[in-house]
Amino acid sequence: MIDFNLIPVLPEMFLAMAAMGLLVVGVAHGNSSTNVISWACVSALVIAACLLFGMSWERQVVLNGMFVFDNFAGYMKLLVILGLITALAISGRYLEILRMNRFEYPVLIVLAGIGMMLMISSNNLLSLYMGLELQSLSLYVLAAFNRNSLRAAEAGIKYFILGALSSGMLLFGTSLIYGYTGSIDYGVIGATLSGLTALPFGVIFGLVFILAGLAFKVSAVPFHMWTPDVYQGAPTSVTALFAIVPKVAAIALLMRLLFEPFAAAQGQWVQIVYFLSLASMVVGAFGAIAQTNLKRLFAYSSIGNMGYALIGIVAGTPEGAGAVILYMLIYMVMTAGVFAIIIGMRHDGIRANHISDLSGISATNPVLAYAMAIFMFSMSGIPPLAGFFGKLFIFQAAVAEQYYILATLGILTSVVAAFYYLKIVKVMFFDESVEPFEKDIPFARRVVLFVAVVFLLAFIFRPEAIVGSAQSAAASLFI
Amino acid sequence: MLQIGLAHYLTLAGLLFTLGIFGVFLNRKNVIVILMSIELMLLAVNINFVAFSAFLHDLTGQVFTMFILTVAAAEAAIGLAILVTFFRNKGSIAVEDISAMKG
Repeated sequence: MIDFNLIPVLPEMFLAMAAMGLLVVGVAHGNSSTNVISWACVSALVIAACLLFGMSWERQVVLNGMFVFDNFAGYMKLLVILGLITALAISGRYLEILRMNRFEYPVLIVLAGIGMMLMISSNNLLSLYMGLELQSLSLYVLAAFNRNSLRAAEAGIKYFILGALSSGMLLFGTSLIYGYTGSIDYGVIGATLSGLTALPFGVIFGLVFILAGLAFKVSAVPFHMWTPDVYQGAPTSVTALFAIVPKVAAIALLMRLLFEPFAAAQGQWVQIVYFLSLASMVVGAFGAIAQTNLKRLFAYSSIGNMGYALIGIVAGTPEGAGAVILYMLIYMVMTAGVFAIIIGMRHDGIRANHISDLSGISATNPVLAYAMAIFMFSMSGIPPLAGFFGKLFIFQAAVAEQYYILATLGILTSVVAAFYYLKIVKVMFFDESVEPFEKDIPFARRVVLFVAVVFLLAFIFRPEAIVGSAQSAAASLFI
Repeated sequence: MLQIGLAHYLTLAGLLFTLGIFGVFLNRKNVIVILMSIELMLLAVNINFVAFSAFLHDLTGQVFTMFILTVAAAEAAIGLAILVTFFRNKGSIAVEDISAMKG
């Protein structure tokens, strides 16, 4: 029977058409059309989000089992689209100043977005691989997008080599899983594995390789080496994109993979993810202390945050999965806000991204200083802000499953991490002012800052709505 | 007469894959060699897939191989393009020169 229902794939198809169409427009009109194409890409993403809202979020499997759409996929795709729109919105002026406003930039972001949405919806190891590669190949190019910068080119090379290596490991694992279960379909793999009394050695081996490959993508320790260099070297707008979106997609992919086909191998993967999570939290906390470059600091911060998110996966319960989704949402909002500030840091037209460049901006740019302070307090998990609740739900899920060591270590490392977050606040409010930033903030960046601040402050008043939707999205993974 | 079975293919693929990984990490000279090592890893995976496909009498593995070959070509193209921008900025593609950022 041929099943030809393409409705669940509609957002991806629409985005692919839009990206290719805009590429043609760009080729025809050259770089003068960059602004138009940027806004066209943003509107294409908005339309894709509307399409998502218009669809039924019941579980549907289409394209011969390659593609699954359910509540979880819908929720994560919305997060990804939101992140992409944010990344595009805050980068406009920055690209103009750096003279890299070429029309490929927004189109590549949309293509990476299609890859991420395919990753989230993959129901087959082949569609997983294709989605992952579409995302990665677009991101490699974006990392090296500033062709005149040695550091950007270096970041591109490092990201490319380690990314290609991780895809290789993922593929090797995939081939072993295929060989030992006889299929690459999530459903068949899950059924085969749960029918076995003891897992064959080859499956465990394959699972380890797949996890290693994916750990690269979420930059979990010990596969994090690329993160600080790429974050520092890539243009700030691209760093913002790297920090905001791909990790959401990679975590979503990891969750579906571990909770659906490899649910029967939980005893095996829990040990690996446990270690990844523990090591990421420790390295993320201690690695950041010595950093003076803000982008590098937030690279370590993102490594640590992925460690916290992985705790929820270790817990392995619907509550844990819901906590992970919530954590990724809050992390995304905080990072978007932070990068909306970092991207605008300039003294007399010269880019600045060191912590010392923030000295005393509370006197010269009070609004930015207070916004940054709110983001920092939220990231370090100070109670009334949203960041606290993200961590709270994660630790609750871990404690409910008796992972006391992991939860305790999580709290300890977040105390260490609070040190460098609060150091930024101290530098902004108590150090001597160097020189003021340029005052004018583009409109789109103001909107992002405003929404992020309001979200973090207002989360406490209506947490049920967001927590409830995250939990119901997670529940659709455990049917 | 020696029968060539699945185990032989898997061993060969495993060896090639390990060789590829070592090529990436132990190579101290040239980025092109790293690109070649990555290609070697992907081809090792292809041997795995084709061997399993023949062994299982299932075409999926061979289809997967086609996809890997295509993606590997795209990956090589992008890798070389990034390498060209690096060379234009630095005037060298030696591995030891990729070290502007550390820490």
